[in-house]
Amino acid sequence: MKYIDHHAHMVSRTTDDYQQLALTGCVAVTEPAFWAGWDRSCGDSVEDYFRQLTEFEPRRAAQYGIQHYTWLAINPKEADDRNLSRDVLARIPKFLDRPTVLGIGEIGMNRITRNEVATYTEQVELAIEHRQLILIHTPHLEDKLKGTRISVDVLRRYREIDPRRVLIDHAEEHTIEMILEHGFWAGLTLYPQTKISPQRAVDVIEKYGPERICVAGACDWGPSDAIAVPRFAMEMRRRHHSDALIERVIFENPVRFLSQSPKFKVTATGAAEPARVG
Amino acid sequence: MNTHAPGCPLTGAQIVDEYFIENRTRLLEIAAFLDRIDRVDPDCAVKDFRMQVFRDAVDALATPGDRLNRIQMLLSDPTTEPLDRLDRKSALGAFDRGSKEARS
Repeated sequence: MKYIDHHAHMVSRTTDDYQQLALTGCVAVTEPAFWAGWDRSCGDSVEDYFRQLTEFEPRRAAQYGIQHYTWLAINPKEADDRNLSRDVLARIPKFLDRPTVLGIGEIGMNRITRNEVATYTEQVELAIEHRQLILIHTPHLEDKLKGTRISVDVLRRYREIDPRRVLIDHAEEHTIEMILEHGFWAGLTLYPQTKISPQRAVDVIEKYGPERICVAGACDWGPSDAIAVPRFAMEMRRRHHSDALIERVIFENPVRFLSQSPKFKVTATGAAEPARVG
Repeated sequence: MNTHAPGCPLTGAQIVDEYFIENRTRLLEIAAFLDRIDRVDPDCAVKDFRMQVFRDAVDALATPGDRLNRIQMLLSDPTTEPLDRLDRKSALGAFDRGSKEARS
């Protein structure tokens, strides 16, 4: 069954993972800009990373027939550094016309400091100014509830924001209602420990239905699984859910959300026109 | 429950058949974890704020109805104001209800 992983940090993964993704039916990944596990020293370093995301990574994915798209941002783990954040934000617009850039992301909170809120707000305004889709990271563990509330509150201050063009990621049971009831898309991150398991993600679908919900693996440099989405599909089958419902969640829903960017070339029928890269 | 939600197609008995063993394993892991702490440092199980919440969460399992949401809320930071300064880079897994932020 074909699928899309809307959140995969492929720069941290080996080529073998692209092969596993291809073998399990993945036709496209989207890669949000994120934290390297250590703080970068300057904007030049982040700009090189943006080049990696927009030039190198799409070519690596294409070798396995996978379309690679990206989101650009200063990530929440570095967003408390206001000097670095301002520098990076000034560099983002020149990348936005690149053929695989879908929007601004992942933006949001980490420990939910005043600086992080300021940087997040500026990135929301950047997305509005350039009419970009938005991908939001919600914090981990005990910080998720508070971080999601503040992220939603900031978004709701802007009448220009169409919630259907915003995906709030890493939702869990205690945050998904506030995301869906305000009209946003919700992402469920299938992670071995700190986010949601395939079993709990299926519970969420059973409870809330598939409308405006996507699932992703968010594989990165930490303990994570490049083929988490097919494991979710297996869990759906284990519960006797129909192939139509599974395809709705793992393929049709991400197509519906991501196709709001004219650059996204996977259609609902699965036809894919490779994005042209540099 | 959303009116368009599919619900679970399995019967109760099928859910038990399918999931009992893996959850039996998890239950034993939790018991072993608590015993391990008791064996090594019984005070830790009482004093560490994470373990205080953990004990409350284990108690919450015994009460039927929306257990998962109640445990998520026990573990979550209930405050609403951003921190003035970054204190650390990572979350710890449970909110310290005895912390300065909790008291302010």
